[in-house]
Amino acid sequence: MENVYELINVYKTYKNDGVEFTALKDISLEIKEGEIFGIIGMSGAGKSTLVRTLNRLEEVSSGVVNFYGRDLAFLKPSELREVRHSISMIFQGFNLVNQRTVIQNVEQSLKIIGMPRAQRREKALQMLEVVGLLDKKNQFPARLSGGQKQRVAIARALAVDPKVLLCDEATSALDPKITGEILDLLKRINEERGLTIVIITHEMSVVEKICDRVAIIDDGNLAEIGEVKEVFSNPKSKAAKKLVFPSNPFDPSAGEGKIVRLVFDGTQSNVPFIANLVEETGFKVNILSANTRSVGGIGYGQMIVELPSDETDAATVINFFEKGGLSVTEVEQ
Amino acid sequence: MSDYIRDAILTGIWETFQMTFFASLFSYIVGLPLGVILYSTSKGRLLQNRVVNFVIGLIVNITRSLPFLILLVLLIPFTRFLVGSSIGTTAAIVPLTIGAIPIVARMVESSLNEVNPGIIEAATSMGASPVYTIIHFIIPEAMPSLLQGGAINVATVLGYSAMAGVIGGGGLGAIALQYGYYRYQKDVLWTTVALLVIMVMLIQELGIRISKKHRKT
Repeated sequence: MENVYELINVYKTYKNDGVEFTALKDISLEIKEGEIFGIIGMSGAGKSTLVRTLNRLEEVSSGVVNFYGRDLAFLKPSELREVRHSISMIFQGFNLVNQRTVIQNVEQSLKIIGMPRAQRREKALQMLEVVGLLDKKNQFPARLSGGQKQRVAIARALAVDPKVLLCDEATSALDPKITGEILDLLKRINEERGLTIVIITHEMSVVEKICDRVAIIDDGNLAEIGEVKEVFSNPKSKAAKKLVFPSNPFDPSAGEGKIVRLVFDGTQSNVPFIANLVEETGFKVNILSANTRSVGGIGYGQMIVELPSDETDAATVINFFEKGGLSVTEVEQ
Repeated sequence: MSDYIRDAILTGIWETFQMTFFASLFSYIVGLPLGVILYSTSKGRLLQNRVVNFVIGLIVNITRSLPFLILLVLLIPFTRFLVGSSIGTTAAIVPLTIGAIPIVARMVESSLNEVNPGIIEAATSMGASPVYTIIHFIIPEAMPSLLQGGAINVATVLGYSAMAGVIGGGGLGAIALQYGYYRYQKDVLWTTVALLVIMVMLIQELGIRISKKHRKT
């Protein structure tokens, strides 16, 4: 599949009162056509800067940002404006013009590309129907809820039929239920129109719910990149582990036995392993932490357990789990 | 109060209205673009330009810091050159306009500064040029604040117009000065003052109403 974006050794350094700050360090990645690509990191990790290099709201200090093979840095202002018509963006703060009605807001993007008035109106109405806000077309943004405002912003962004939609913390100001609805809408648009979507977020749940691939940004570095289910079931970098297993609420020195992490994937999540273990082997394990999450509709789970202190008993338990198809890794203390 | 004074006051109201209207209009014709330039050329804005911003800012600050009475006197030769006379209502419009321009410019600049930078970022991301962004995003979003500032400016011009009476401008200010001050006719003085207060209040009230009608947030 064709690459929409290709970032090669991207650096971004700010100078503030003579003090240098490097927001992006040697970022190289590719974003493929039609995928939903997540960029996740703690706040201040540089992800907002990274997404702004994708439409040149931020200039890179060095390195290359290619959009369909064109280096954005070399575009003249008029060419850049032209390219930006195919790169739409939505924001955490929605950024609607409050003094204009919903439909006028949607029409703005079309006006910029020079679409005639009648056509503009028709297209805007069409977009409002897609986001389910046709009945609010003459309202002013102040009368809308956060979720509705974001829908208007999405309609405005997609009206110009862009190739990519950049989402900068687009659901961070919304409650979980509304976040879910907005994500469903984005997923639907991605599937129906084959639209490439780049999502910046600090929320794991957003990435789990709709992203195909994810990049983890930590302190300006690209810590890890890959398929969401791969990264989430088997995180390799420290930053990824910190995000996937946020805090381990157990005290590693509490017990005497070895501590292991069991990871389930969808296929075994309906088997009662712990109960079976007790029934079949008579050994007990101490559950220190457990959770499950749904990645792309498949249930994934992980459990951190303390094994019996006796070495051979522990080996029997590990053997039992591995036979059942779970992945067992020892947790370093 | 004799009939001829009553007639003079009626004419005065009309002249004050004329001066305020035209001086406000002309000062916005010049001051609005100046305010937009001050805003857009300042640091971090769309058309950042230190030289332009500094020069215009300097001129605005100098004109604004001159007491209006001094400006009136200083501008007499310019007024005479422009309208052929330095006394009368038409002549008073010239210094009133010049005096109001810097006030308008700063007021416009401060209204535009209130606009959420996110809206500018959104416009830029949609491929809008800086000038397009200013005309179609920033100014509409700042409209309620611009209208409110407008009411304050018109009221200021009205107050200044009373001062123009000192150098022979017409209007209620001249009447207050001639009959009320020089001839000790206290009733005329208080009547004109009351009329000026009422006019300022009406303008203010009207401005607030229009601004409220426009404010959608």
